[in-house]
Amino acid sequence: MAEEIILLDLWASMLGMRVRVALAEKGLKYEYREQDLRDKSPLLLEMNPVHKKIPVLIHNGKPICESLIIVQYIDEVWYNKSPLLPSDPYKRAQARFWADYTDKLYELGRQLWLTKGEEQETAKKGFMECLKLLEGELGDKPYFGGENFGFLDVALVTFSCWFFAYESFGNFSVEAECPKLVAWSKRCMEKDSVSSSLEDPLKIHGFVIMMRKELGVE
Amino acid sequence: MGEEVKLFRSWSSPFALRIVWALKIKGIEYETVFEDLSNKSPLLLQYNPVHKKVPILVHNGRPIAESFVILEYIDETWKQVPLLPEDPYERAKARFWAKFGDDKVLTSVWNVFIKQGKEQEEALVAAMENLKFLEEEIKGKKFFGGERIGYVDLVLGLLANLISICEEIIGLKIVDEEKLPLLYSWMQDFAEAPIIRDNWPPRDKMIVKFQALLDAAIASSSSSSSSK
Repeated sequence: MAEEIILLDLWASMLGMRVRVALAEKGLKYEYREQDLRDKSPLLLEMNPVHKKIPVLIHNGKPICESLIIVQYIDEVWYNKSPLLPSDPYKRAQARFWADYTDKLYELGRQLWLTKGEEQETAKKGFMECLKLLEGELGDKPYFGGENFGFLDVALVTFSCWFFAYESFGNFSVEAECPKLVAWSKRCMEKDSVSSSLEDPLKIHGFVIMMRKELGVE
Repeated sequence: MGEEVKLFRSWSSPFALRIVWALKIKGIEYETVFEDLSNKSPLLLQYNPVHKKVPILVHNGRPIAESFVILEYIDETWKQVPLLPEDPYERAKARFWAKFGDDKVLTSVWNVFIKQGKEQEEALVAAMENLKFLEEEIKGKKFFGGERIGYVDLVLGLLANLISICEEIIGLKIVDEEKLPLLYSWMQDFAEAPIIRDNWPPRDKMIVKFQALLDAAIASSSSSSSSK
């Protein structure tokens, strides 16, 4: 049966990139549709009426929303190629726990480039604490998934193309604070599924400059 | 093989209740460790150093934290009376509504509870928008899980208790039987279901606790506005 897969996404979204990485890991062909969030398409509003946000995966006409829920869906439907979650329930629980924790990183990252002064300093401290904790969880493993690239790697690696933007606006260096994490992200970038899904950090930086202007942060 | 299952909880934590229900529904024997959250035990801090919260499930000495993560672990480890559907699309939908419940519904209901005046009116409008999505989702079903209680019911179930407690304290209807008949009916069915009805925390203690939380919220908002 012909599978029809459509992804409603925004090029700069690190959440959308998670879905792109997962689809690439499974070797799936899909139609990418760039969304304008200032002028939301009827399809987006129909497929995600609750949140009206991207990413949305539409599989044979049925929508799935929320990036980590979409990645799990992809992993469950196309289970026989490149499994992302391990088979052991305890290891799965650990992967889910830390993937959920990356939501905190997302919120703090937003505060980092959306605010100035003291608010920004607080966000920066929180952001670095989170990264350090995640680096601790990685330990000496090549990937969070162990020998193989897995669910938590997918959840976190897309942040790495945003590091340059965070560093410029927060005035810090991720590599200085978390060298193992940066080494891990470079290792992930050697995979086609990652390098073809993540965006150029310079372009992301430009995107953040534009957003800050639009939102009147400057 | 001896299974050792321990649940770290507090007497009132609604998130821990989800795990109590799940364990009992599946008939899993476990030991309860009650925590005083104002004086956390070294064991709690050791088992959940990241969030330092309950619930924590400890299975054969290995801890799992975060109620959604624990529920999925329980469902995958003890396969009787499945909580999540088998079909991947239905599972994705269940996870979606669970996340919506915590991220949006709970937050909006809490805002109705702690705000006053015009802000409360606006909070109620926002809460109604969210609750209407749930009303739509339960159409044609007795429980969100279908004929029997499932994952989404266990996650949203705390609403069945907390909403009536909040309504009693603030004297305002949040889930009005006329405006949200299906959701209202689900709340009654869920609250009265076997296992669920036997495990609610004592209502009088909950009223005292939530009144105190409301008083604290009012105090902190009025002190922050008077310092401007």
